[in-house]
Amino acid sequence: MKTRIYKKENRLSILQLFKDSLKDIYNSRFLARQLAERDIKAQYRQSYLGILWAFIQPLATAFVWIFLTSSGTINLSDTGIPYPLYAFSGTLIWSIIIASINSPMQSTNAARGILTKINFPKEALIVSGIYKLLFNSSIKVILLVLFVFIYGVGFHWSLLALPLVIFGAILFGTTLGLFITPIGLLYKDVSKLISFGMQFLMYVTPVVYAIPKDGLMNTIMNWNPITPIVLTARDMVVGSSPDYLFYFLMVLVVCIPFLLIGLALYRISIPIIVERLSA
Amino acid sequence: MKEKEVLVKVEGLSKKFCKDLKTSLWYGVKDLVSGIRGNSLERTLRPKEFWAIQDINFELRRGECLGLIGHNGAGKSTLLKILNGLINPDAGSVTIKGRVGALIELGAGFNPILSGRENIYNNGAVLGFTRKEIDEKLNAIIEFAELEEFIDMPVQHYSSGMNVRLGFAVAAQMEPDVLIVDEVLAVGDLGFILKCFKAIDTILPKTAVIFVSHNMPMISRICNQVILLSKGKAEFQGENVSKGIDLYYNSFLTNEDSDVVFTDNSLELVNASLENVKKENGIYKINWGDTIDLKFTIKNFSLKKMPFISFAIYDKEQRGIAEVFPENQILKDIEPNSEIDFHFVFRNLNLSKGIYNITFSASEAYSKNSYYKIHKAITIQVEHDKQIWTSFLIDSELKQVI
Repeated sequence: MKTRIYKKENRLSILQLFKDSLKDIYNSRFLARQLAERDIKAQYRQSYLGILWAFIQPLATAFVWIFLTSSGTINLSDTGIPYPLYAFSGTLIWSIIIASINSPMQSTNAARGILTKINFPKEALIVSGIYKLLFNSSIKVILLVLFVFIYGVGFHWSLLALPLVIFGAILFGTTLGLFITPIGLLYKDVSKLISFGMQFLMYVTPVVYAIPKDGLMNTIMNWNPITPIVLTARDMVVGSSPDYLFYFLMVLVVCIPFLLIGLALYRISIPIIVERLSA
Repeated sequence: MKEKEVLVKVEGLSKKFCKDLKTSLWYGVKDLVSGIRGNSLERTLRPKEFWAIQDINFELRRGECLGLIGHNGAGKSTLLKILNGLINPDAGSVTIKGRVGALIELGAGFNPILSGRENIYNNGAVLGFTRKEIDEKLNAIIEFAELEEFIDMPVQHYSSGMNVRLGFAVAAQMEPDVLIVDEVLAVGDLGFILKCFKAIDTILPKTAVIFVSHNMPMISRICNQVILLSKGKAEFQGENVSKGIDLYYNSFLTNEDSDVVFTDNSLELVNASLENVKKENGIYKINWGDTIDLKFTIKNFSLKKMPFISFAIYDKEQRGIAEVFPENQILKDIEPNSEIDFHFVFRNLNLSKGIYNITFSASEAYSKNSYYKIHKAITIQVEHDKQIWTSFLIDSELKQVI
């Protein structure tokens, strides 16, 4: 029979934590799916526009920039592809990254009610968050593919690799999100700070304009780990050569150990947070 | 007989909480850091903290049921949260064997917009069922909840009773080794509560149950041991459930004055007392089985006929437990604006140890046209060596063994 011991000390090694965490992720796969299904169904059952709302944010940002360039208000260096497509693909992948950074915290926060009352594998919340991201992203990608044909870029085989890049983006965002989650659940300031900071971060990432040829901005943008994600995704869409592929893969490789550490951190911190939430 | 295995073992369990939100959050940050380091340091009270649970010890075997009772805020729910593994203790340890089921909140994971059927899956998943298990149990759940007709309706249109029924129906499918129950049975109508009891009764023999409730009849019905918590400490612990419950009741004792709840101003009670009995702090102390003499004086303002006097006896939970309609009342003519003395006798009171209030009523006749009613006209305390929580201790003996 399974024996559980609850006490103050945790003498678990980090490896044991990884193992427990991964085991719980596997065991709670049905719960994760069920939670994601529940939220997705509930989200769209009470709305007529439903799925369309997923597009509106990236479309709006893209349209603002399309308008700014086409009206000549601002002058951007040539991007090599039709600008609307450039802007839309950028804002789209950007919105996916933002959503995945916020996802662990949002999923956990939304489950406050059951967290303080029922003991279940909390990892399921993270995984259900990822499911929801994948669902929302896939809808956005369909729209993007439509754009690709409308603007006459046409089909490239690399388009098939786009889901992999998006999965990478989600992995990156979730890893980052996991580290923010414990403290973010305690203090509301954190989520405000994140959304505030991300606004600025967008301008040092080639989301709506290309990396300048030289200068300070060139250095910052080249170092920014989100740059290779955005650029590689865009390269897959338009079929140009993925110059940042190596950097992109490196970011992912670095992400994996951090993801595990994030999961372990999450596992340790949940009881402490539940205590403060319910106290 | 072989002793059954110990499923729950709690040793020196303590937990502290913080009174102030901002400080609490900051301690949370500190605890996060020490949590990552392994939490090996001794925990002491930091400023603004208090012990919500202090040094709780018990063992529970399969088939046993532990009742946790105590005032609001005594630490019952905190203890349950630790037992359920939701929060970590600050000292001591909990060892639990087997599958743990918690009836702390019914219908966890419900989404109001979705239908009852969909929510069975949501709730079941949260409780740890697999899809296959739910598929198999779906019909049993719907049947238990008696919601066949409404199962595809969004649960936001359910009545609160239907919601609870659906939640319990799912939870009742758990086959736990250790079951933790908190107050959830307090809602729902009588039929539902009886059904819940039946479900609990069937799993009781194979399960170790920890039961929190303010409902003492429920506690006495299913628990074979109790812990009375007071400010986080076990004030009473043991297998004498009756005594624990009685102590719980005694902790609410208040010496309230008598209060008139109804009057048409035709008369007034001016004096009420017990003959030949000592009065301490407004309470008359008598022994179990005593015959008592009660004296009442009323002032009559406008009545032309003698009123009919009756009594009701209330226990510590303010439940009416007995009514008294004294015989030999002759309702003859009386003078207005006069004082009348009454002398009644109650014979061989079989009330159990405890405190009781006597309500005095005057009316035109038996059960007719009330003039005046006063609660707590007299408060009595019955002494006996058996401490039980039920209101009556019947005078009994063994007559013969055949």
